[in-house]
Formats: sequence, structure tokens, C-alpha cells
Amino acid sequence: MKILVCISTVPDTTSKINFVDENRAFDTQGVTFIINPNDEFGLTRAIWFQQKEGAEVTVVTVGDSSCEPILRKCLAIGADRAIRIDTVPQDGLSVASQLADLAKREAFDLIITGRESIDYNGGMVGAMLATFLKIPYLANCIHIEKEGDRYNLEREMDGGKELLNGSLPLVIGAQKGLVEEKDLIIPNMRGIMQARQKPLDVIQPQEIKVATAVESFEKPPAKGPVKLIDPTNIEGLIDLLQNEAKVL
Amino acid sequence: MSVIVYIESQDQEIKKSSLEVASYGRAIADASGTELIAVSFGLDDTSILKHYGVDLIYAISTEEEVYFNSDRLSTTLAKIASEEGSQIIVFSSSANARYIAPLTAAKYEAAYFSNVIGLPLSYKPLTVKRSCFTNKAFNLSTSQKDLAVLSLSSNSFGIIEKEGKGLSKSSAYQESTSDLKVRSVEKTANKVTIADADIVVSGGRGLKGPEHWHLIEDLANVLGAATACSKPVSDMGWRPHSEHVGQTGKPVASNLYIAIGVSGAIQHLAGINSSKVKVVINNDPEAPFFKAADYGIVGDAFEVVPTLIEKLKALKGV
Ligand SMILES: Cc1cc2nc3c(=O)[nH]c(=O)nc-3n(C[C@H](O)[C@H](O)[C@H](O)COP(=O)(O)OP(=O)(O)OC[C@H]3O[C@@H](n4cnc5c(N)ncnc54)[C@H](O)[C@@H]3O)c2cc1C
Repeated sequence: MKILVCISTVPDTTSKINFVDENRAFDTQGVTFIINPNDEFGLTRAIWFQQKEGAEVTVVTVGDSSCEPILRKCLAIGADRAIRIDTVPQDGLSVASQLADLAKREAFDLIITGRESIDYNGGMVGAMLATFLKIPYLANCIHIEKEGDRYNLEREMDGGKELLNGSLPLVIGAQKGLVEEKDLIIPNMRGIMQARQKPLDVIQPQEIKVATAVESFEKPPAKGPVKLIDPTNIEGLIDLLQNEAKVL
Repeated sequence: MSVIVYIESQDQEIKKSSLEVASYGRAIADASGTELIAVSFGLDDTSILKHYGVDLIYAISTEEEVYFNSDRLSTTLAKIASEEGSQIIVFSSSANARYIAPLTAAKYEAAYFSNVIGLPLSYKPLTVKRSCFTNKAFNLSTSQKDLAVLSLSSNSFGIIEKEGKGLSKSSAYQESTSDLKVRSVEKTANKVTIADADIVVSGGRGLKGPEHWHLIEDLANVLGAATACSKPVSDMGWRPHSEHVGQTGKPVASNLYIAIGVSGAIQHLAGINSSKVKVVINNDPEAPFFKAADYGIVGDAFEVVPTLIEKLKALKGV
């Protein structure tokens, strides 16, 4: 079983979000980058398949050399090899089409993307990649396990979950629930040392496809101060919600 | 030329988020001088769509299919879009809609914009405002393609009644060769879902343990609200993962969000920030949530919430 885990490098969740270049670019000054949390859940499940079933786990990112520390971290977590496709992604389609080119050259059985990245929140790469490869896609995947020569899967939906069954190849959109928080792997010294020896190949992009462009960013307007209501005046709160906010 | 909206229903009733999507589609159709087409699946009565601006309705019969089939739905939508020469297809932000929207877009390598928060700012080229960095920022994005697929953030446009032509047309439910099949569905007991709720009541670690969750549930019941929780609450197994909201959980864009015993960590706020009105009940006046909230009570949840439930019950006469 060959697994490809698609990794996006995103600002740490506590980062202050600011923009430079007349609000056309994200300000990376002082920002720590992390593995996109949804991708990390996916990677952790891939490592589970590696340990349980001897799967080979490849991680890939589309990005410039600034993404390499994150790929090394994935190797330290346990991935067998890493690939960086050397182009700065312009939108979800550009990422998905580069990944599809790679996946067409190497036959992966299972491809894992995150449900969405926490920076652009596009939520599209997995679906587009699967479509380009003409294989099924399961969004919001919270379970995947082998049963005979097929796989049982689960998708979280609004108000419940779906239980599915399918065969490989397949693309899944990983999220919390696919593994528990406590199962996330913190790289140890041995893992970090081994990661230095593992292959990290840089490959050139294929034809670049783009569908959208970001023109500018803006931050939400500053919020007014909170209206405090005395805990003995619950009627006061209800009145404000009914007559001022008009939400009750 | 046309605008297509994807209509979702539950138990034969059209979802409110779909009426919002129809209203939004109508406004786009008016601005660009085209028709509004609605596509529904397995829905018997589509007559009300006419009152939300729909000119032409495709009510696709899904025959024996009882489960959500992402492949058949997206293929059918893509086919209708191509036959109708559509420029824009609009989806809601439900989990199902956000599943099939990028599948539909990918079939034509179309431009796809998720989390769109208002009408396009221009049509040539199509420019939309969408939220990014999990609601910490917005961006203006333009399309470089003739077909654009949008998923509209809930409660960002509103429902507007307007008469459309209300004609109907039929089309086949496209087949699928995918062997990924839904075997069964497990629904969480008859409750309002976070995605569909106007009001969400959320509990954090300040509630001290799962045995106190009746406070959250009772308050949610009297308000007809969905229940949610912070990440540690679901990590500790006090509540199911499906209730975890925030940056790594479900997004919330309700009209009213009530946070009880939630500190308001940046990752929590990121996910709930697009809710219109936020109320916090927390005994620590320094809790960061007070900076993000519209209304706040500094007080003990175990005293404030029972009184709030009681007063609301009296008000609603239950
Ligand atoms: C990568 C990453 C992703 C994350 N993603 C998310 C996410 O998606 N969602 C999320 O929620 N968190 C997320 N977190 C965790 C987040 O940082 C906080 O730890 C978490 O939100 C805190 O949960 P809480 O508010 O329930 O608990 P606490 O921070 O412990 O707050 C409890 C609050 O209850 C109040 N309280 C105590 N007793 C009472 C009482 N009797 N009455 C009233 N109030 C009381 C306290 O004053 C306190 O403010 C993430 C963290 C990381 C690192």
C-alpha cells in the first residue's frame, strides 16, 4: 500500500494575521509555520497504516524552499520520504493540478489531503485532485480501516455521520476524528535524526493551471466594547437580545 | 447565460440555507440580467422556490437512491450547468454542499470560491469577497474562468422573497461508476444541527464536567438552538467530536452564539467569529471572550444559566 499525504504549511493558530505590500500579501514577519492541523490528522492515520500494514508513506507539498522544515518534521513524525514540487501555489486548482501530475506518475493507493487549510480555507484540493485522477473522494473523513480487500470509511456530516464502503484508489479529506488528539505524534530525537537521512526530493512543476487570483486582503473592522449586564439582571439581557440585537 | 443554485432539503422540506442561496442567486441574476435556475434532488414539492426568485426548476428524481451520492449529484449539476450555459453555480456552506461544490467545479476546471460573504463586487471579471485565515481576515478574489462556483457562507445574505417565473424542466439523474458507497447513516438524535441553527449554545471547560451539560441542553431546547462545545471538552470525551467548534472543529455562522464557561482562545474565536451576535457568560472578567462578545455577564454559570432558562421558559410560555 502506497500512501501520499498532501501537506500544507500554514501560520501557527495563534498567529497575528497582518498584511503587507498594500494589503496584497500576508505578513510572514514573526510568524511560526506549522503543518496544517487537518493534514496532521491525515499524516497520523497514514503512519498508523505504515505501522499496522507496512504502508509506504510519502508526504508532498507544493511550495518554495521555506516549506522544507515542515517536510522534515513530517519525516521526523515517521513519513518514509518527502517530495517538494517547486512552485509557489496560486490557488487550490494550481495545487490540485500539480499533485495530480505527481499522482499520475506514481501509483498511490490512498491519497490524503486535509479537509481544508486554515489559511485560505479553500476546502477544494482533495475534491479537485480526485476529479483529475478520476477516482472517488470522501470529504470530512473521520474513519478509514481495512476490511478484507475493501475499506470501511466514515464521513462526518451535519447532524450525524455516514458509514461507507469502498476500494482503493481513493482520496480522503482528513480532519479531527480520523485520529484522536492524543494520538498525534510529537517527533522524538531519534525521529529527528532519522529524518535527516530520509529522501526529500525537489521536483519541477508541470504546466501551471490557475483559476483564481487574490487581489487584496482586509481585516475585519474593529469591534465595539462588550455590553456588560449584571448577573442579577437576566431580564436585562433577554430584553437586549430581543429588542436591540433582535435575535430572540 | 444563467445562474444555478443547488437546493438542499431534509425530510421533503427545503432548507433555510437553500432559500438564502436562492435569494442570493436571484440578486446575481438581476445584476447580470440572466435567469435563475434551481436544481433539487429527490424533492417532491418545489413550488415555493418561485417565491424566492427562481425562474426555472429542475426537480431531479433520485429514484431508489436514498443516500447522499456526491458523484451522481456533482455530475448531474455539472451537466445541467453546461447545457444551460451557466456562468455561476451557487452552493450553501453545509457539509454536503461544500463536499460537492469543488467536485462540480473541478469537472470544468472552473474557479471555485468558498466562504463567500456577499454579492460579487464586480462581474467582469467576477470578484468576490470571502473570509480566510479562519475568519481572521477577508480577501478579494477574482475569477480567471468563464464558469465560477461559489459557496455562500450561512446567514451572510439573508432570505429575500421575490417572484420568479417558476417554470420547470427535467433532466436525468446521472449514473456513477464509483464503488464508494454509503451503507448507512447514523443521525444524532433529532436535534438542530450546528450548520442549520439560528442560535448555538456552547459550553466550555468552565462547566466542570459532562454531568452539568443539562444546563447547555435545557437552554438550547428552550431557544430551539444547537449545542456546541470547545475543543478540550470534546478531547476529554465530555461531548462528541461533532460538537467541537472552532478553528479545528466546525465553523459557526449563526445569528446568536452563546458561550458559557468558554475562555475565548484565539482558535475558538476564529471558528465562531462570523456569528452575528455573541453572548458570553464567564466568571472571569479577564476572559478573552469579553473582547469578542457583544453582550456579557460576569458571573457563575451555575447560577446565571438556570435563571436564564427559567426566564426564557416563562417568556415563551413553556
Ligand atoms: C492547533 C490548535 C487548535 C485548536 N483549535 C481549537 C478549536 O477549534 N476550538 C477550540 O475551542 N479550541 C481550540 N484550541 C484550544 C484553545 O487554545 C483553548 O485551549 C480552548 O478553546 C479552551 O477551551 P475552554 O474555553 O473550554 O477552556 P478554558 O480555557 O479552560 O476556559 C474555561 C473558562 O471557563 C470559565 N469558568 C470556570 N468556571 C466557571 C463558572 N462556574 N462559570 C462561568 N465560567 C466559568 C473560566 O473563567 C475560563 O474562562 C486549539 C488549540 C491548538 C493549539
